[in-house]
Amino acid sequence: MLPSPTALTIFNSNYEPGNFFAEMAVPGPRVRPHYKRLASRLDTLSVGDFEQRRAAVDLAFLRRGVTFTVYHDDAGTERIFPFDLIPRVIPNQEWTRIEAGLIQRITALNLFLDDIYHGQKCLKDKIVPPALVLGAKHFRREFMNCKVPRGIYVHICGTDLIRDISGNYLVLEDNLRCPSGASYMIENRTAMRRAFPGLFQSYGVRPVEAYANELLKALLHIAPARSEKPNVVLLTPGVYNSAYFEHCFLARQMGIPIVEGRDLVVRDAHVFMRTTAGLEPVDVIYRRIDDDFLDPLVFRADSMLGVPGLVNAYRSGHVALANSIGTGIADDKVIYAYVPKLIKYFLGEDAILPNVNTYLPSEPLDRKFVLENIEKLVVKAANEAGGYGMLIGPAASKAECAKFRELVAAQPRNYIAQDPINLSRSPTWCDGRLEGRHIDLRPYILYGEKITVTPGGLTRVALRKGSLVVNSSQGGGSKDTWVLQGDE
Amino acid sequence: MTRTKSPPTRPQATVMLSRVAHSLYWMSRYMERAENLARLLDVNLQLLLDFQGFTDTTIKEHWGSILLSSGDEELFAQHYQAADSRNVTEFFSFDVRNPNSIRSCVNAARENARMVRDQISAEMWETINELYLYLAELSAKEIWASGGAGDFFNNVKRSSHLFQGLTTSTYSRSEGWEFIEFGKYLERADKTTRILDVKYHILLPSATDVGGAVDTAQWQAVLRSASALEAYRRFYVSEILPWKVGEFLVFSDSFPRSLHFCVTQVDEFLRRILGDSGPRPRTAAGRACHRLLADLQSLTITNVLQEHGLHEFLEEVQKSLDTISHEVVETTMFYPAESSSDVQQQQQQQQ
Repeated sequence: MLPSPTALTIFNSNYEPGNFFAEMAVPGPRVRPHYKRLASRLDTLSVGDFEQRRAAVDLAFLRRGVTFTVYHDDAGTERIFPFDLIPRVIPNQEWTRIEAGLIQRITALNLFLDDIYHGQKCLKDKIVPPALVLGAKHFRREFMNCKVPRGIYVHICGTDLIRDISGNYLVLEDNLRCPSGASYMIENRTAMRRAFPGLFQSYGVRPVEAYANELLKALLHIAPARSEKPNVVLLTPGVYNSAYFEHCFLARQMGIPIVEGRDLVVRDAHVFMRTTAGLEPVDVIYRRIDDDFLDPLVFRADSMLGVPGLVNAYRSGHVALANSIGTGIADDKVIYAYVPKLIKYFLGEDAILPNVNTYLPSEPLDRKFVLENIEKLVVKAANEAGGYGMLIGPAASKAECAKFRELVAAQPRNYIAQDPINLSRSPTWCDGRLEGRHIDLRPYILYGEKITVTPGGLTRVALRKGSLVVNSSQGGGSKDTWVLQGDE
Repeated sequence: MTRTKSPPTRPQATVMLSRVAHSLYWMSRYMERAENLARLLDVNLQLLLDFQGFTDTTIKEHWGSILLSSGDEELFAQHYQAADSRNVTEFFSFDVRNPNSIRSCVNAARENARMVRDQISAEMWETINELYLYLAELSAKEIWASGGAGDFFNNVKRSSHLFQGLTTSTYSRSEGWEFIEFGKYLERADKTTRILDVKYHILLPSATDVGGAVDTAQWQAVLRSASALEAYRRFYVSEILPWKVGEFLVFSDSFPRSLHFCVTQVDEFLRRILGDSGPRPRTAAGRACHRLLADLQSLTITNVLQEHGLHEFLEEVQKSLDTISHEVVETTMFYPAESSSDVQQQQQQQQ
């Protein structure tokens, strides 16, 4: 079957295939099998139809308040997360491999955390240089030898995957602290169902809506044994946080109260919430506050968002936290480089999902290489998120490269460098036509009684032409992610 | 005065965060407030249209009395020169420097709704959010340029009605409901006293027009400000007499915006919130409410006019309502209900 003209507009005169993996179709033009139904559906739509659906979806997002807060921006401050109507489709075969890789990875990282906070065998066996762990910003020595409920450190994980030029899935980074975006995964699906109701029936797209239910199960799994009907709450920094919408959304989906630090109080190492009828015990806290702000008695003393005494209550086993404290050591970008080795060490397996080739300036040989080749590399600060503190060498000016060369030389431990990966591209609606834009994928992994990976995830897209940065804070948008029951 | 700090336990095991209760209460109050403001402004703008003979001075007096009754005359004077229709409408509709403007109220209602987004129905949230988005796109200039504020006020009123209707039909009859209703009726009672008081301020400068066409129109306007004109007519089937208007808006036991009706509801929901069902309430709020309700059940309009004076009576009522509101916050909140400080806001963003 010849692909449709609409789907093909990206291959018209203005299309440059470039040196990237094309998600939907390769010039020729050949539409990949799992995109064929989508292509024929798009074929039946006029530009006007498409624009109309797009406007309806945007309006629905705005009305329902599906927004995120933009910092350093006085006007508006609340924006909708730009959404692209062309979904990303993943055939079952690819997904099975991704799923296995993610489960393997979180299992190993959890064992690593358990080891770091107890015996530190992997340091003694010289798998990871001890200095990298013990000197890390997110290593919480206060938590040495603390027993966590059911031995689980990371209950909710969002792992960022990208595809190289041959279409191989690579792990770009792990998010083991407070990964966000799961609400958009579900909201995007709702929007797509409304925009293209017919497609879902014929395509066999696996639903993502079970996420909230699985999350609640994972949270209940760690409840202290004493209570029959445990009280689970979601701890938010408050309405001004950029992810506040998500906090509310998840709390609603799970039917649990959303609380701020000031709603909680600790008495005798037990946590309570202040209700109109007095104090009510709290058993599990899904916290969306960073370690630093969690408890002013242990971490940042000036925190107004936390709960004094919370850490002590956690240590005493009277309350469970998800994720646990100190998980940041395992998503440190320097430790990232060691994850394949850790998988081998703890599980005796080879990593199913490889890392992006990474150089560690803390190692003398790598440092030399990085400093000499900085303009060909991507340099990232080890502990920044959201696309901040990052250099994309090939796209940067000489001055920027020089600046990063200085930064890396001064504090090699705080940086990593990676080969630039030409992220795969997916057709994306830009100013009235489809153009190729770079995308990544953040699937969500939940670690409860068993490990589940929600079939789907958040596909982020760099809307700016040529940009490789997909973060919402840097002009990124998102797409719905369709994992298929079958392969086409 | 003794204060009961810990509220009595409730029969059913509901869990509601104090902060949530507080937000629901304020969300409801601010929506009701916005609606009342819209009606008050709408009616008074129309009233002035009906009497083209009004001079600048009478217009000024007219708006001045409205500013006085709402207690915002100082703030207004700080920012505006003349109390003409346009300035007053702007001040009460769009000016965010006025914490009691329609826009400020809707912003506050939405802010509170956002804090309890997980508690209210999607329909309730969407109604508030849409009103907020509608207001965000409007300016006073456009309203005047498009030939009148009538549509605008209608939209505000309609949103509030929709919100209250949705609350009735989509919100569970839980403790949250009690706070929502408590807030709504408390606000409504307060606004009814102020609507009545407007006329008192108008009457002060020149009492000569009593019974004239202007006077009747003004009393009609008072009734319309409380959506009470038709209800009044059906009840009295007679011309509009000042004391009867007062009687109706203060004492009616069936009209849902009269003081008596509102305070009866306030008393009912207060009892439920505090779990206070005995004949003699254990809380200061309960007793203050009982006292007020007893007045409204036993006095007559003649008592009020002759022994208290309407204005003084209304002021007393406002004070009682304030007391009730404060006491309830005190007893159901275990910490000071401060809004987020700058530092807090900053830290929330650093996350």
